[in-house]
Amino acid sequence: MRPVVALLALVAIPTFADSNLPPAYWANRQLPDASQEAKAQALMEELRCLVCQGQSIADSDAELAGDMRDLVRRRIAEGETPAHIRAWLIQRYGSWVSYRPTAEAAAWPLWLAPVALLIVGLLLVSRRIMLRSGR
Amino acid sequence: MIAETGLAALWLAAGLAALQLILGIAALRTEFAAERAMRGIAVVQGVLTLLAFAMLLIVFARTDLSVALVFENSHSAKPFIYKVAGAWGNHEGSMLLWVTVLSASGAFLALLSRRIGESTLTAALGAQAALALGFYAFLLVASNPFARLDPAPIEGRGLNPLLQDPGLAFHPPTLYLGYVGLSVAFSLAVGALLTRQVDSRLGRAMRPWVLAAWIMLTLGITAGSYWAYYELGWGGWWFWDPVENASLMPWLAATALLHSINVLAARGALKAWTMMLAVIAFSMSMVGTFLVRSGVLTSVHAFAIDPERGTFLLALLAIYVGAAFTLFALRGATLKEGAPFELVSRESGLVINNLLLSVILAIVFLGTLYPLFVEAISGEKLSVGAPYFNAVAGPLALLLAVLVGVGPLLAWRRERRAILPKLRVPALLGITALVVTIVLAPGIAILPRLALGVAAFLGAAAILPLVGRNPLRAPPETWGMVVAHVGIAVALAGMAANAAFTTERLAVARLGEALDVGPWVVRLESVAPTAGANWTAIEAQLRASRGAAPIVLKPQTRYFSDPPTETNEAAIQTFWNGQLYTVVGKPDPSGAWQLRLWWKPFVTLIWLGGAIIALGGAIALFGRALRAWRARRKREPNWRERYI
Repeated sequence: MRPVVALLALVAIPTFADSNLPPAYWANRQLPDASQEAKAQALMEELRCLVCQGQSIADSDAELAGDMRDLVRRRIAEGETPAHIRAWLIQRYGSWVSYRPTAEAAAWPLWLAPVALLIVGLLLVSRRIMLRSGR
Repeated sequence: MIAETGLAALWLAAGLAALQLILGIAALRTEFAAERAMRGIAVVQGVLTLLAFAMLLIVFARTDLSVALVFENSHSAKPFIYKVAGAWGNHEGSMLLWVTVLSASGAFLALLSRRIGESTLTAALGAQAALALGFYAFLLVASNPFARLDPAPIEGRGLNPLLQDPGLAFHPPTLYLGYVGLSVAFSLAVGALLTRQVDSRLGRAMRPWVLAAWIMLTLGITAGSYWAYYELGWGGWWFWDPVENASLMPWLAATALLHSINVLAARGALKAWTMMLAVIAFSMSMVGTFLVRSGVLTSVHAFAIDPERGTFLLALLAIYVGAAFTLFALRGATLKEGAPFELVSRESGLVINNLLLSVILAIVFLGTLYPLFVEAISGEKLSVGAPYFNAVAGPLALLLAVLVGVGPLLAWRRERRAILPKLRVPALLGITALVVTIVLAPGIAILPRLALGVAAFLGAAAILPLVGRNPLRAPPETWGMVVAHVGIAVALAGMAANAAFTTERLAVARLGEALDVGPWVVRLESVAPTAGANWTAIEAQLRASRGAAPIVLKPQTRYFSDPPTETNEAAIQTFWNGQLYTVVGKPDPSGAWQLRLWWKPFVTLIWLGGAIIALGGAIALFGRALRAWRARRKREPNWRERYI
């Protein structure tokens, strides 16, 4: 009997997006230490819920988001730094998981383009105004 | 028959759009006088699409399941208002709404435009017809909302419960009126470039259209933000989600256009730049439509799997944007620039405003589209979200908000007086706010702190244009500007207060347990089942108090069966100084309940500010219209006989 149940469980669980397991302990609780919770919250707001569309794990009802919140809070409570946890998650899930673009080459244009645009725009505007005012 | 009537009306409208385009080309090429005919055709075209849209509303109101779209998105047990509003809660229906607004805008342009020359008007109506034609083709070929099912199913699949909210009745139509209303500015710019009549008269003719669309866009975005805030159940009001960015981009462009068009209308300057912005604003609307409607956001691969709609929209986008920019490249350089201005002048202020808004627009554009671009070429998946947008666009937006307080004080052409002494009081207020937050709330982040200071400064500086004169004598557009700028200060204060002072309490609570959040003590009193028309729910009863007079909040988790979905219905209590936001989640095995509680000081100012900004626009729009009407009545005492 037991192996059958186990087998059923194996088959059944992946077919449901949300399992019937209770949520992880720290999924919906705050850390007792306010400064640790603030750190965890700041990090959770910058991590993508991988199964949602455009939500961070800090504001998603998905079970995976709850598990990731649990992971973040536990590790923060154990004294790990947010940067370290982020790096670990990026290593496992790729940079897709972090809403803060990382320093990799593909993300450079995101940071450089606004600066370049502002400089070019200012140059154009100042030249135009100089010409216009006849100086 | 009703669905067929709708479809026939669409085909007829498409035929008329083709005729209107041909007449427009003929009028441009020859001396052919097409104005009256084109005005008539444009109006009939608008009426026909309104008819088609009304037919869609009827099949949804009746839950006519023989129409495929109704079957896929509606259900007989749904409340009536969501049956009707559900007509645009899906791809085909929302595209029909889009097209309806597009041709209705064309009809209004044909009916109301009296300010521009005949040749520019016919060219603009031709451009509007060209736009409409492409989107009719998209509807009829790739997104027919009236397709039938035979045999008709017994029951529909139902509407996504997240959309079953009064927000659905209000938000998309308002947003689309703004989004697509910008097409008139696009068409007028194209028309004027074709006839080489870009002048201050065109600026004055274009201004009310831009203003009206911008008011609707402002209201639509504000309403959408509040809807997301109370419906999603996590207390967020802006997520930098690509769909939200799709509505923000046209708004940024329209805001820039609204300011540069004043320079064109008043001084005949910034001709090329204003035409470019008019083209960009509606191009951003089309980019947004492509983003939202092509499936590209779900994933680049979803786009590749069902490429018909996506490719069609991308082709339309490429044709219209490409053609408009080509025209601009050919004609823009030949435009003679208008009156000169000095470094310190109203014109310079508006140029700086445009520069900052354009850079912010570029940041939002880049942050939204660059990840798609990278994924499409290298397969690498990047995430760009709030941390990026806040860090890059936030400081620029604050700088812009400071300049909003300064710009309106400058005179046209050249400011001879010293401006800074006037700003003494606002500057003092801003600095005081900064110092107070540093002393009382040393822990808050830098951006919200600066935003509080800027809001205090701007709140005072924005009313300066009415100070030192009789405010009742000030023209309506000055009042409108002052009100809108005060609205910015109000919204900014709300955003900053929410970011800086929100307190959050997440817990798993037993019955009778009390939790602190901000100044409140919230007790979980009971949890009981309840039911509505097409849902069942678990409802918690919370008693919240801060000193005297406790209040009761009843958040719910709702379960819908068609389609099976769970939604959080937050219970929100509004006070003059903030909102108490409560959500109940699932029980854990021990019988305790997930509770999420937030105290959000002054968060309502965000949407109040949005509404005030739109009100400012409305004051300017209607004030100017009233004045123009009075002037015409004075000039032409017999106008009534002539027009009616």
